[in-house]
Amino acid sequence: MEINVLRSADSTAQCYNIELENVTLLTILNHIKTKIDPTLTYSHGCRSGVCGSCAVRVNGREVLMCEYKPLDGDTVEPIRNTRVIRDLVVDSSPIERFNATAKAWSEDSIEGNISDEEAHRIETQSDCILCTSCYSACPVYAVNPDFIGPFALTRVWRYVNDLRETNSDAKIAAVQTNGIWDCTLCGECVPVCPQNIAPKQDITMLRMKSSMLGYQDPNAGIAFGGGLDFGTPMF
Amino acid sequence: MAKVLIIGSGGAGLVSALSAHESGAEVIIASKTLPTRSQTSMAQGGMNAVLGANDTIQNHIDDTFRSSAGLGDEARITFMCEKAPEAIRWCNAIGLPFSRNKSGEIARRRLGGASAPRACYAQDYTGLKLLHTLYDQCLKAGITFKNERFLLNLIVDEETNRVLGATFLDIESGEVEEIRADAVILSTGGYGGLYGKHSTNSVQATGDGLAAAVRAGAKLADMEFVQFHPTALKNSSILISESARGAGGYLLNSHKERFTDELAPRDIVARAIHDEITNGGAVYLDIRHLGEEFINHELPQERKLAQIYEGIDPVHELIPIKPSAHYSMGGIEVDAHCMSSVLGLFAVGECANHKTHGANRLGGNSLLELVVFGLHCGANASEYGAKHPSPIIDNHQLAKDTNFVRGVMYFTNQIDFYQKQEMLANIFYNNVGLVRDDMGLKAVLGAIRQMQRELPFMGPRDKSKACNTNLVEFIEFGNKIELSEIIVVSAISRVESRGAHYRIDAPARNDQMFGAHTITWKEDGVLCADFMQ
Repeated sequence: MEINVLRSADSTAQCYNIELENVTLLTILNHIKTKIDPTLTYSHGCRSGVCGSCAVRVNGREVLMCEYKPLDGDTVEPIRNTRVIRDLVVDSSPIERFNATAKAWSEDSIEGNISDEEAHRIETQSDCILCTSCYSACPVYAVNPDFIGPFALTRVWRYVNDLRETNSDAKIAAVQTNGIWDCTLCGECVPVCPQNIAPKQDITMLRMKSSMLGYQDPNAGIAFGGGLDFGTPMF
Repeated sequence: MAKVLIIGSGGAGLVSALSAHESGAEVIIASKTLPTRSQTSMAQGGMNAVLGANDTIQNHIDDTFRSSAGLGDEARITFMCEKAPEAIRWCNAIGLPFSRNKSGEIARRRLGGASAPRACYAQDYTGLKLLHTLYDQCLKAGITFKNERFLLNLIVDEETNRVLGATFLDIESGEVEEIRADAVILSTGGYGGLYGKHSTNSVQATGDGLAAAVRAGAKLADMEFVQFHPTALKNSSILISESARGAGGYLLNSHKERFTDELAPRDIVARAIHDEITNGGAVYLDIRHLGEEFINHELPQERKLAQIYEGIDPVHELIPIKPSAHYSMGGIEVDAHCMSSVLGLFAVGECANHKTHGANRLGGNSLLELVVFGLHCGANASEYGAKHPSPIIDNHQLAKDTNFVRGVMYFTNQIDFYQKQEMLANIFYNNVGLVRDDMGLKAVLGAIRQMQRELPFMGPRDKSKACNTNLVEFIEFGNKIELSEIIVVSAISRVESRGAHYRIDAPARNDQMFGAHTITWKEDGVLCADFMQ
């Protein structure tokens, strides 16, 4: 089987011919590194889809290397929208930066009981493994590198929607600028999530919550070219 | 204000960081990876605590003490079990999304060796959700993270036996740097990675902190005790959770017959499986009778992983399994304040030996341990650092380690260390695994001594300075070699069977001679071992 891996030293894809069938991409890369080419550089950890280390793009689509079984001729590249450090290893500092900007944490909570159904409300969102596949797939970064982005906004919704949070409204303020209104709702983040989270939906929920609290989409006026003042008296 | 350096960013490190921060310290966390990528994310089962009226804290203490097979410290087990309800409340208060029971309380399930259901859980993602909740709180607290820093050595003033900080390889730049602090906490995880493809652990679990500690003069305790999980996938050693058997799964031998009580303690089930496999048979986990709906709802991770790694669907087929190295009971010897034998050097979590698990850990006690002792350790380190600020004195460690990283590039590479690493994992699994004897252990010791001599003929083949993971993996291999000698010497010394340590040539427990901890340390590079109370 031929596997092409984009190497950062010369920005070209290097082809490896591997005699391994029906194994994961991570197994193949481990084979290459330990038996053929020790300079090939990538991140990995748990081998079982929970540590979020091994997201890459295969033929232009984000996958976890430990869950993906490659086909002959596949091309492997690092994830997008962040600096490549070497080969498939990228700068992971956007994780800290965007989660901190979005204030994606619990502010204050109450201890009381909550029902199983109520706990279910944040079950999927709290399955996130921060692999950043959604971030790589997001086209907004091409125009706004400061966009808080899908994983951090899902995380904010996970806390806003947590019934134990006592001041969840306050969390909404942090995601107004470079946040929920900058998303185009294109949905590219949804199919690439290995944990079946839908950041687009979570962002939509945050928008509804924001509107209820009196926040407005700052782009709404611009969308009409700014020329139509339906609410303004004509005299 | 005390400066506390925390090395390792799994659950134990992050809890300690929050606690030290709360106590007023300036906290820096240095770690070889991003915090959410650590081993804690793989913990599934839960966190033990007595919350309901149908259970008592004394029961939790008794279960834990019994399982420890005489090597548990009753006072520290009591401390952990008494603090457990408070630890759960703390986790709940910072946002850990626990699963709930019908009345809306935090749900509990029964794990092996527990006399009541007391493992609080968040589906099969307890560790993942705990770790991410902690990370969010650390960002809220504004704690400084230095990621991609690989620990090389602790900086210790030899005159006073006082830790001053640590040296690191900045993986991205390839530079060696030092971080000084008033107190240092090691929370670097266990050494299960030594068993390679025969371990359920992350490839990162290479025991770097323990190896650095022993080089710095700290003592290690009970290193021969490694817990094997009975059911890991045969080819990949990926964990199939105990809940599969808890829910009614069977173990079958090659004749498709049941051969053991599936719900006996882990060491007993694991050895029964080992015996079947040694006698030429295969062993399978059968969950077909549980039905597709149940499997999809309760064991979705297991179904997916069996399909990916074994190419079988557990709904219709048997799952090929084997026991695999899972948890390191041994660790850095610490006192009741979590301080090691080096002043100012603390250790917490799997890399430490808090004497709460003894010879055999109960499921649900490792997450509990890291929260209870993490809170305790962070506050203690902060207090120690404030009372005893680290002296500003010269030390050669940075220069030494800079030279080492430069020099290792000139190692000759006549011997492939990846091949040796695989061999070490195989001989460890076969001879330092579930069943051990004197001859097999001594053969492994011979092989380790040979590898120690051969190290200068190995080395990284990748000569790049920046982001050289080949170099990092070679230093990890060095740490594994350092620890493997200690584990084997401990296992040879303990001529009895107890908990996870089973000697076929001495199958009985012998309290008179070995009812004590195996303490190991190095003096001028020479390994010393003794049994101490």
